[in-house]
Amino acid sequence: SVVFLLGSGVFIMLIIGVMLSISPLLGSKQISEYDKNSPFECGFDPMGIGHLNFSVRFFLIAVIFLIFDVEIALLLPLMVILSSSNMMIWGVLNLIFLLVLSFGVFYEWWEGALDWKI
Amino acid sequence: MFVIVLKLILLMMFILISVAFVTLLERKILGYMQKRKGPNKLGFKGILQPFSDAVKLLVKESLLLNLVNLMIYLLSPVVILLISLFLWITYPSFLGGLEVSLPIIFILCCLSASVYPMLGSGWSSNSKYSMLGSLRAVEQTISYEVSLAILLLSLVVINSSFMLKKLFSDSMLIILILFPIAILWLISALAETNRTPFDFAEGESELVSGFNTEYSASGFVLFFLAEYSSILFMSLFFSVLFLGGVDLFLNLSFLTSVLVFLFIWVRGTLPRLRYDKLMELAWKIMLPLSLVYLLLFTGISLMISISSV
Repeated sequence: SVVFLLGSGVFIMLIIGVMLSISPLLGSKQISEYDKNSPFECGFDPMGIGHLNFSVRFFLIAVIFLIFDVEIALLLPLMVILSSSNMMIWGVLNLIFLLVLSFGVFYEWWEGALDWKI
Repeated sequence: MFVIVLKLILLMMFILISVAFVTLLERKILGYMQKRKGPNKLGFKGILQPFSDAVKLLVKESLLLNLVNLMIYLLSPVVILLISLFLWITYPSFLGGLEVSLPIIFILCCLSASVYPMLGSGWSSNSKYSMLGSLRAVEQTISYEVSLAILLLSLVVINSSFMLKKLFSDSMLIILILFPIAILWLISALAETNRTPFDFAEGESELVSGFNTEYSASGFVLFFLAEYSSILFMSLFFSVLFLGGVDLFLNLSFLTSVLVFLFIWVRGTLPRLRYDKLMELAWKIMLPLSLVYLLLFTGISLMISISSV
């Protein structure tokens, strides 16, 4: 199965490589002018550096996503072991885990971490 | 072995052709929804339009800007198309086929991994528009991925398995039971694929073209194909999960087409959300709802298990 995935990856890369290399080979001649090579800013000369300053709210959303993604990763095996586990333990474990997570969401909401402040 | 390779090759070929025709479908449907015809000059009623589009895009002049991080700039469209095409390996064929173990985890991993090329393309383009577009697209994608995954887990817990084959059902009426989850999942899928009403990545009135701004010719083609391929895959996935799509007598293909039409219909109907409303929808509405649905379905699964003992 791993070999199969690798093989299919190689195959897809071949297709993409063909598509990507058609354009420089068959395309128009590349004439480098100042206007074409500078970043697009609606016709004006680009002002300042090309990147943005660090943005805290994007970082905050990413951190919150990280927490919930780890939670999903921990939740993944719990969903499929019902048939091979003690039902009481499975039920209680699942309930407590999901309740803690829901409480986490509501706590963050209450603390204002989920507001998209301007 | 040879049959598997043949299946893979055919699958990829047909998907790339389908993606080309989905672009034509979108333009024609949007045209008819706006009381005009879409492209209908080339071929019979415009059938050859995608091929001429492809040729036009591929023979454009491919620019290379100054101060661009070359490796990331060139690799980002390749990687995102690679990941979007990888998703298709999990296609649930009725006759067996390309067996991926744990398809649902594979799909979640691919969706999560497709965030990186978006980020890379915005960063390496050295342009403020691209950077903004890619940041907003990345934030939107990761916010909705959480609720997407949790809703998928609700279905997984009923079937107790990650195989897509377990989700086949006899009739389409399964959606009546799973209706709320289906709607929430559809909204998350719309947001994942950066479609209207969530198309901040390419909001043409706000940013010029999002993280695609500094790409021309083949880079743009690859991004474009990746986006439509993921739209097609999300439609397929929805049909498999909620509409009981069995790949028999073109049932699944028909349902996928209906879903693609729904995606395009939504694009032609709804305006774009404001960004803070998008975030509020993801974190304050969809996430608590999906967690609660997961609790509910865990309970249902437990009760089924108790009653069957």
